[in-house]
Amino acid sequence: VSRRRPWVGVSFVLVPLVAFTWLLASGLGKDPRALPSELTGRAAPTFVLRELDGARSVALAELRGQVVVLNFWASWCAECRLEHPSLMAAWDRYRDRGVVFLGVDFEDSAGAAAEFQAERGGDWPLLLDPGSRTALDYGVYGVPETFVIAPDGTIAAKRVGPVSYSWLTDRIESALRTGQAA
Amino acid sequence: MRRGAVASWLAVAGPAAVVLAALLWSSLGGPRPSTIEERSQAIATGLRCPVCQNLSVADSPSGLAREMRATISTQLRAGWSPDQIRRYFVQRYGVWVLLAPPQRGLDLLPWLVPAIGLGLGLALWARFLRRRAPAETEGAQ
Repeated sequence: VSRRRPWVGVSFVLVPLVAFTWLLASGLGKDPRALPSELTGRAAPTFVLRELDGARSVALAELRGQVVVLNFWASWCAECRLEHPSLMAAWDRYRDRGVVFLGVDFEDSAGAAAEFQAERGGDWPLLLDPGSRTALDYGVYGVPETFVIAPDGTIAAKRVGPVSYSWLTDRIESALRTGQAA
Repeated sequence: MRRGAVASWLAVAGPAAVVLAALLWSSLGGPRPSTIEERSQAIATGLRCPVCQNLSVADSPSGLAREMRATISTQLRAGWSPDQIRRYFVQRYGVWVLLAPPQRGLDLLPWLVPAIGLGLGLALWARFLRRRAPAETEGAQ
């Protein structure tokens, strides 16, 4: 009859328990809202989208050589209201320096979107995205989400959630610098 | 071999065979999806809806999930394979978009742990039975 070794049984319970607790605890240190950004540094997916009024359309390919701030938003989105003043301020600062601002209306009605802009200001082009094809192409998780596209057509930065004025100006300035260097 | 030993090995091998058969059945069984809708549904079931909390694209009523299902159907009609379609979404959303983790690197862990647990359990059981068996045969003689 073999001798009983209690540590064998105890370690059978303790080791998985400690490993499992460590796994759960390591998850606590992570931001559950932090989402992976796959597209940064890659070529921005091209699109041709109609403006809200239906009169004109905007093609990303024609904006090569300029810094583009692409903002996915919706009139029903509370955080989009929060970030709107930052977008307005950045737009005012950069509109005469060749920086293009575009708003892509996400899962929204054109009427509500036009109302939002009339009410809150900002006169950068607002684009319709039928079938959310462009949002899918950009891997949009929800609104607001903002991309800064460098003059060479690659995605320089991406922000999930509302943007601040300083986030925008920092990213736009560095994208402008890469344009001058090229 | 003594009868007790045979019985205890059967007690281990029997349930193990049942578990293996069930695993085989579940991986092979089930009708293969044939129509575009069924194939699209099958792919959507494995994709995470980006705007929801832990819902698949197939289960979510959100507008974006609806568009994703439409995109999958369009891609299937254009002759894309399920792997190509999954890659399209992974390139945009990252592996996060797959509800089942890919089977490589650290992501292998959730796939291996159940198998390791099963193996350990069977080993413990076998040990337990082997210890008990000689005691019983001694008692019988």
